[in-house]
Amino acid sequence: MNKFTLATLTLALSMGTTLATLPAFADTAGKKIALSNNYAGNSWRQAMLTSWDKVTGAAVSSGVVAAADAFTTAENQATEQAAQIQNLILQGYDAIVINAASPTALNGAVKEACDAGIVVVSFDGIVTEPCAYRIAVDFAGMGKSQLDYLSEKIPDGGNLLELRGLAGVFVDDEISAGIHAGVAENPQFKIVGSVHGDWAQDVAQKAVAGILPSLPEIAAVVTQGGDGYGSAQAFAAAGRDVPLIIMGNRHDELLWWKEQKDATGYETMSVSIAPGVSTLAFWVAQQILDGATVPQDLTVPFLKITQDTLEESLETTQAGGVANVEYSLDDAKATIKSSM
Amino acid sequence: MTSDRLRQLLPAFSLAVLLISVFYIQPRTMSYLGLNLLFNLAVPIALATIAQMLIIAVNDLDLSMGAFVSFVACVAATFLRDTPLLGVLILAGAIGVYALVGILIYVRNLPAIVVTLGMSFVWGGLAVLILPSPGGAAPEWARWLMKTKPPGIPMAIVASILIAGIAHFLVMRSSFGVVIRGVGGNERSVERAGWSILWVRAAAYASAGFFAVLAGILLVGLTTAADANIALRYTLLSIAGVILGGGEFTGGRVSPIGAVIGALTLTLAGSFLSFLRISSDWQIGAQGAILIIVLALRVLLNRSKQGAGVR
Repeated sequence: MNKFTLATLTLALSMGTTLATLPAFADTAGKKIALSNNYAGNSWRQAMLTSWDKVTGAAVSSGVVAAADAFTTAENQATEQAAQIQNLILQGYDAIVINAASPTALNGAVKEACDAGIVVVSFDGIVTEPCAYRIAVDFAGMGKSQLDYLSEKIPDGGNLLELRGLAGVFVDDEISAGIHAGVAENPQFKIVGSVHGDWAQDVAQKAVAGILPSLPEIAAVVTQGGDGYGSAQAFAAAGRDVPLIIMGNRHDELLWWKEQKDATGYETMSVSIAPGVSTLAFWVAQQILDGATVPQDLTVPFLKITQDTLEESLETTQAGGVANVEYSLDDAKATIKSSM
Repeated sequence: MTSDRLRQLLPAFSLAVLLISVFYIQPRTMSYLGLNLLFNLAVPIALATIAQMLIIAVNDLDLSMGAFVSFVACVAATFLRDTPLLGVLILAGAIGVYALVGILIYVRNLPAIVVTLGMSFVWGGLAVLILPSPGGAAPEWARWLMKTKPPGIPMAIVASILIAGIAHFLVMRSSFGVVIRGVGGNERSVERAGWSILWVRAAAYASAGFFAVLAGILLVGLTTAADANIALRYTLLSIAGVILGGGEFTGGRVSPIGAVIGALTLTLAGSFLSFLRISSDWQIGAQGAILIIVLALRVLLNRSKQGAGVR
């Protein structure tokens, strides 16, 4: 059974409202929302689906919407998901929330849905069809937020080691571009080395161990998630002082941070995308059905863990998993507002 | 009614049973728009199934079908739209390569499964080269073709009937079709009758390539944009469609109308399971079960035929 984290959100979203206190909206009480998902084969997707069930289950029982069913295709194939979306049109859903197998290959089916008057909201794996709504991840913003934190934490600046993701994947380029934009804004920092950790702790450890002997004193390590723990191990193994390493919400990273915090008062922050973003997409779809004006392109807030929320996050994150958060109607409203 | 006739009618019968069940579970499908949404994605699958059927007719099996259709989709969404002449040349060249593959398999006496499996990586690689990231746009005319709304009967049904009719004429009525099926049935006797097996096989592969090219173009017409992995499922779907439609892996026994019906049945089976709200974990299994039931019925009919001594 998954447990979930209520952690601080970057965009200072209020998390106070619980679902039980939400009023039932007459406008959407008869509406049906479907989730079309292309893949369920890793822990992130499993957490995404569990979050969906939990939040939409409460929304259905409190009468906010009539139904919110999740459909996952058996094989991760675009043509299969296109057929699934067309079936959902025929099943009479009022809105379809999509995590897409392909940004383009579903466009025909998405257009059919829009033409049938159905609201289509895509998230994580977004679709390019203009009539659909997109909840995209601002990876560049995620990279830049690390420098924002560092400029406050280490105002004097210093040398940075950059860990990159899988070469050739656009996520890697985006996060790195954000980090470099942050460095350009804060010239007291200088990136003195850059290695590919492939978002995996063992790869990151090897890569950092390889470049360390050639590096001067490092003030901080900027990362992409899934590589913070490996970097720390490499510094420790080389007998060097472990610098400030930005973490990526993975359980092993949070656990290591907690141990260091208790032992030496080590301070850092951790940032990534929560699988519960599916619930944000649900509320956005509900808001559109309710008649709210929503821009076609929205941005997902990151899930940031700070020195103060570390214990709470660690407690609710599964071993081997990633910290999660479920979004409320108010979070969706705040996200819509900030994207206007 | 003889069991032979029953056997021919089995594919149509399974499609009818499935269609009635779908109408019963989800009455919304019983409309112009509903039928179109149920079957429009089956049109490219039907074309790919006909292509696969031509290969199976000469006792081979094409494991590169999905990758090839994906490749064609990528060409259609880029070259065919931006520089139509170059696009047509590339696609004609691809059909030529299909014919060469058929020649290579025959001349070197290679197993078709191995050669086409190798080709699937070639086509997949070319597709990624053309479209490194998903995108492109369908040619306007392909889009129009798939969006058109003929009066009375939905496009998907019209297209299926057309494909079945043309393929039936080509394979069952023309002398070309007779020779192709003859090669599958008894290669030596066709050779003795004075035909060049080399060219018959090349022609079978080339026509398979032609139908697969049509499948890729119409698929892009439906999806509006391409992706290098868009049609990977088509390899298995097309083989299953041929068998479901009454074809055999050997002996040149194929049925074009049956193959189109098989493709429609497979597509409909997916919708049927989805309307029943069967969890995705079970859907592949349930699709397999439908296949096994239909094939088991066929084996039963074959047995009763042999039992009755009808030849």
